Amino acid sequence: MDVLLLSRLQFTATTIFHFFFVPLTLGLSVLVAIMETQYVRTGNETYLKMTKFWGKLFLINFAVGVVTGITLEFQFGTNWSGYSAYVGDIFGSLLAIEATAAFFLESTLIGVWVFGWKKLSRKAHAVVMWLVAGASNLSAIWILTANGWMQQPVGYAIRNGRAELTDFAAVVFNTFSILQILHVVPAALLLAAFFVMGISAYHLLKQQNVDFFTRSFRLGLVVGTIASFWVILEGDMHAKHVTKVQPAKLAAMESLWNTTSRAPVYMFAVPDEQNERNSVEIGAIPGLLSFLGHGDFNAKVKGLKEFPKSERPPVLLTFLSFRVMVALGTYFVVMMVIGIFIRKRLLENRWYLKLMMFSIPLPFLAHTAGWVLAEVGRQPWIVYGLMKTADAVSPIAASQVAVSLVAFILVYGLLGAVGYYLIGKYARLGPDAVAGPTAASGKGLRPAVV
Amino acid sequence: MVLESIWFFLWGLLWAVYFMTDGFDLGIGSLLPFLGKTEEDKRVMVNAMGPLWDGNQVWLLSAGGVTFAAFPRVYAVMFSSLYSALMLILFALILRGVAFEFRGKVESPGWRKLWDACIFIGSLAPALLFGVAFANIFQGIPIDQKGVYQGTLFTLLNPYGLIGGVLFVLLFLVHGALWLAAKTDGELQARAAAAAAKIWPVEVVVAVVFLAASYFSTNLYANYMAHPLLFAVILLTVVALFGIRVFLAQRAFFKAWFASALTIVGATFYGVIGLFPNMFPSSMNPAWSLTAHNASSTQLTLTIMLVVVVIFVPIVLAYQAWAYNLFKTKVTLEDLVY
Repeated sequence: MDVLLLSRLQFTATTIFHFFFVPLTLGLSVLVAIMETQYVRTGNETYLKMTKFWGKLFLINFAVGVVTGITLEFQFGTNWSGYSAYVGDIFGSLLAIEATAAFFLESTLIGVWVFGWKKLSRKAHAVVMWLVAGASNLSAIWILTANGWMQQPVGYAIRNGRAELTDFAAVVFNTFSILQILHVVPAALLLAAFFVMGISAYHLLKQQNVDFFTRSFRLGLVVGTIASFWVILEGDMHAKHVTKVQPAKLAAMESLWNTTSRAPVYMFAVPDEQNERNSVEIGAIPGLLSFLGHGDFNAKVKGLKEFPKSERPPVLLTFLSFRVMVALGTYFVVMMVIGIFIRKRLLENRWYLKLMMFSIPLPFLAHTAGWVLAEVGRQPWIVYGLMKTADAVSPIAASQVAVSLVAFILVYGLLGAVGYYLIGKYARLGPDAVAGPTAASGKGLRPAVV
Repeated sequence: MVLESIWFFLWGLLWAVYFMTDGFDLGIGSLLPFLGKTEEDKRVMVNAMGPLWDGNQVWLLSAGGVTFAAFPRVYAVMFSSLYSALMLILFALILRGVAFEFRGKVESPGWRKLWDACIFIGSLAPALLFGVAFANIFQGIPIDQKGVYQGTLFTLLNPYGLIGGVLFVLLFLVHGALWLAAKTDGELQARAAAAAAKIWPVEVVVAVVFLAASYFSTNLYANYMAHPLLFAVILLTVVALFGIRVFLAQRAFFKAWFASALTIVGATFYGVIGLFPNMFPSSMNPAWSLTAHNASSTQLTLTIMLVVVVIFVPIVLAYQAWAYNLFKTKVTLEDLVY
């Protein structure tokens, strides 16, 4: 176990874990803001209860998202000092802007939202939630811009032994980043929508708070439908761009070994990297890959053999993660379309509610698969075409990383278990549950702390 | 030249504001087992920081982010060299952060004890370790020509490093106790004020020891000797330090807290000014030190980041000040959200 492998495992584990919580923050903040706005506009107390109930789940999730994010900012320096020194002139500023423009707003205002119910007018309080939602999504935009630069470096020159910024506008308006943002942000809304619908389904199946959870479900349904279509359609645009600028990733995504025109899509394949072929190929649709990638059934698509062995990503993982993501994305669209058709008869369609309830983890899996695809597919590059991951690691003792990796597994394990236990507990209790410490331990509390 | 120097001071400013803001959170958390005699006391203490701690913590992220953006080599060498210390700080902050949210979610004394322990360790450890880290930076770190750290975690736990750690803890304890006194009434307020009054003289003694030790262990005074006007910074910090005691005696707790805030900012700048232009000095060979000039980003990046910071930091200060103002009232029953 050398420092490179340990650092890669650590970065993978800590990033995937962080990204279990982030999409829910990004999406649910918007949904809660919508609910609170409905309350302000209509005065209907149900919307206030919705805001507080879904807001409570939001806050538990938000806490884990925030703390696991600190890890990532530290980790570029602790474990990837070679990377940081080489690209910091560009990458560092994107992270600093993320903190200055977005994190501050998000973290300051969430405190105001939680503690300021009685201190602000209804309208102002709702605006605060919109600002939290806006700020979180803004932070996503900046980090995706940073990652987009790693995928398609632009606006730089190699000088003084490092990548130096030459064109900030090129970095900010990098096509790859924009396509990534337009993919991930709606995907987060999709995840939040399924979260809301799944939990609502649980209560609808039990015929509890039917009006409350029907309204919640419908909000999720509208948002989820728009988001699921968007994610797939835009995903196609994104993949076309990947075909152009990351051809090795595309070849691995499709386990295509030989450059061909009328390139096929395989429903399933088992790559044999040693022998540079697929040992299993199932359901080949000829020409489809050429069409998807270039809009032309006869277009030539580069196969993995075009690239030196040392510049090919791990094929199986890239191929599988892409399939998992697309399969789930398709499932989400189907479930949303069905939902739209039966939206007035939810209670009679228990099979659908059950399916939606069990589908709660699926968007989390889809997001993870997407990121595995994006990052593993970029290997061996840490910056595509510019710097190899192997050259980016910090010159530190492997033992230190072994210790920190174990610590992350233990601490994150605890956090994940406790966090999801609490979310599950309060999700099940519903909106009428005694709301935590204030009410429950009223004994012993004086009216005002004097 | 100029841009790099401007950024050096902005870098110092961000660290100073971080210590001034999250400092009282770390202080209150460290005092949790001592001032929190009852469950209600503890809840009040946690909720006294409740609305503000997360926004305060972001100053750390911006300090780190700015180090990365403006001085990428410093970020790379500092974070990889101080690996173990930073990981300890990180885990502490992680546990503290979730503990606030998780603490009140299950009706069980054992549950609350667990998360209160996380708040305590999650506050005391970073306070100590930040002090140790910065004292070692003032002293010089054993990095070689390539910026590779030649020591371990224990290398940092040398006498000067430990004095720095203890000083930070004391600064934050007083800072936290004063905030608590300002935000509470009755017995808890009395206890907080008494704690501030008791710890303050220790803070003064350790501060004096640190100032003296800095003369022997570091090169900090070279800049001051070369530009004696800079001693005004130390003088103002000492004035602020004594201001704490004066306001404390008057029971003007917010004013005492402001004086404490100024003390912390002054103490940070004492070190930052003394360091200039070094940012991560090498104790092995001064020629291998990272400075504002040899470790900075390009002029283009520094310029763009300056524009960003000049626009956004005043905005951030404005809405954070608004939030502080919103929550300057005493903690009451309805405020006990956590």
